[in-house]
Amino acid sequence: MSGIFTPFLFQSAVQAISPILLASLAGVLCGRVGVFNLALEGQMLVGAFAAIVGGYFSHSALGGVAAAMAGAVAFSLVLAYGATVFRGDPVVIGIGMNLLASGLTAYLLRVIFGVSGTFSDPGIVGLGRIAIPPLIGVPILGWAFGRQSVLTWAAFALTAVVSVVLFKTPLGLRLRGVGEQADAAETLGIDVARYRVGTVLVAGALTGLAGGQLALGAVSVFAEDMSAGRGWIAVVAVMLGRNNPLYAAAACVLFGFADALSINLQSEGLPNQLTDISPYVATLAALVITHRRRTRVLLPPAEVAAATPGETATTQRAVH
Amino acid sequence: MNGAPRWTAVALRLRPPPVAIAILFAALAGGALVLVSGQDPLQAYAEIVKGSLSRDSLPDTLNWATPLVGMTLAAALPLRGGMVNLGGDGQLVIGGLIGALLPLVLPGPGALVSIVALGAAALGAGLYAMLAAWGETRHGIPMLISSLLLSYPAVGVTSYLARFPFRDVATGLPQTPMIPEAARLYTLSGPLNAGSLLIVAIAAAAIFVDRRTVVGYELRMRGKNLRFAGYGGVRLDRQAMRTMFASGAIAGLVGAIVVLGSQFRFIDDALLSPSYTWSGLMAALLVGGEPAGAILSALFFSALQTGGFAMQRETSVPRVLTLVLQAIVILFLAMRQGVGRRAS
Repeated sequence: MSGIFTPFLFQSAVQAISPILLASLAGVLCGRVGVFNLALEGQMLVGAFAAIVGGYFSHSALGGVAAAMAGAVAFSLVLAYGATVFRGDPVVIGIGMNLLASGLTAYLLRVIFGVSGTFSDPGIVGLGRIAIPPLIGVPILGWAFGRQSVLTWAAFALTAVVSVVLFKTPLGLRLRGVGEQADAAETLGIDVARYRVGTVLVAGALTGLAGGQLALGAVSVFAEDMSAGRGWIAVVAVMLGRNNPLYAAAACVLFGFADALSINLQSEGLPNQLTDISPYVATLAALVITHRRRTRVLLPPAEVAAATPGETATTQRAVH
Repeated sequence: MNGAPRWTAVALRLRPPPVAIAILFAALAGGALVLVSGQDPLQAYAEIVKGSLSRDSLPDTLNWATPLVGMTLAAALPLRGGMVNLGGDGQLVIGGLIGALLPLVLPGPGALVSIVALGAAALGAGLYAMLAAWGETRHGIPMLISSLLLSYPAVGVTSYLARFPFRDVATGLPQTPMIPEAARLYTLSGPLNAGSLLIVAIAAAAIFVDRRTVVGYELRMRGKNLRFAGYGGVRLDRQAMRTMFASGAIAGLVGAIVVLGSQFRFIDDALLSPSYTWSGLMAALLVGGEPAGAILSALFFSALQTGGFAMQRETSVPRVLTLVLQAIVILFLAMRQGVGRRAS
């Protein structure tokens, strides 16, 4: 066992966690204001591509991250207005946005850089890992956070920020009100549509950071569909965490370790086709375990009653 | 000034179908994208039309349409009942691998072997899809997410099986050995084979079930109002399982048809790279899962994608443009329908 829990495992786990965590914070914010965000995968991908474009033309990591945020926010306008002002079905919009992101980034990759598949250039400055010498020696904490990119630290810091804003500030109260009882919020003079649009755009900036970490974090490269299901895992983290940033973060930690473990198993000689699936299997297992005890937390009670006629029948029998 | 209200009335009566507006909008937006990247959009579109509907290219379009219409139906069935099956990729490769492996081990006449292989592929993929429905009805795990998550292990494991235990060592490529010639699907003409006929039959059956049977009526009712369907006596959990089984079975059948009809072996990633699943899902979403409309939009997307190859060959516009066009059509319709819903 000591062979598995190495400093490297903690470092790579935290590195794997950060993009998923940033995306799931975005999902939590959207969920809190009543916009179901299924587009995290596509938003991240746009962010990653914009990061590479920004980094390539500005020759700085900061320019890359700024471009990632700008690109993801611009892309998020589709969800921000589509699911609120235009009242489109968020599931359809999410699926459409993910495909648009996949197609658009692949198209622009060919048009701007003239390549397909992957693109990297020595001119692109990555975020790089910054070492904190006094921390590195500390077991676990130091292994995990001693040498990481700025965005990785930011991901964990933002988890705290989002929690505090949501639960300890008047702004957070209004946001939660918009999501839970939009009509009541409206009567209190809150512009529901504006809060929703604003929140989705802020969430878009977070997915931009997630994409930035993906493209500029460990290595500076863009690959087609490089988000590779991470956005969907973030969606699951939001569901598992029931729109609570801390619980969602806990779910992300689980996936991050599963991901890091898969890299370890690969170096033990297991084929990567089998190890690559471990985050998804861990996600499924987490879904099954959490739902076994508290069955049906995700559906509103009325829908649960409708979806389980067996239970209704039992109630009826009890009445008779 | 006086004529203005009458003109609006005329315009309202002559309102073009939303799909047409969406396609026009996508063509304009995509055209702008092509223009910005320094190419001629009109020439690009002309190549798409020529490369998909001309006499020479029509068989290719129909060949491309065979799996795409199949995956569209696989997506449309659950959509009709308000459910979403995002796991088409996993079901597709499970069917494909079963279809590629059974003929290697089964004895007997070729035609019988191919029929058994098709049936086993449909069964295997259908059961796998049913797992997601079971998770929702038994444990309350949303099918939207579990169907997708189940897809990744299926893709990973089939890829592993094709690369290691069942690899064709003679070629050195990640693929299974060739299927004996007798077990391959009967070729009709050019690239078309008996699999296309099977898809046509499934399409006809889907339309018939949707319009003329109790099962279809109950599924539509579920899609319109879940609670009302449950109140009306529909066994919702069984219905979800049945629908997902049918959806997965069609996806598995498509995988086996591609393997037995045109590739003659399971090639790793070959079933997934054309992204039939996602194009099919989009075609089904375009019409809310109504089978006849879904088939039409699948044919439209097939023409678009087949034409995309010609466009990339003749001009230097990348063919992923067609994916962008499809996504814009979907997004436009999703929002436009929303506008109508608010007005009513």
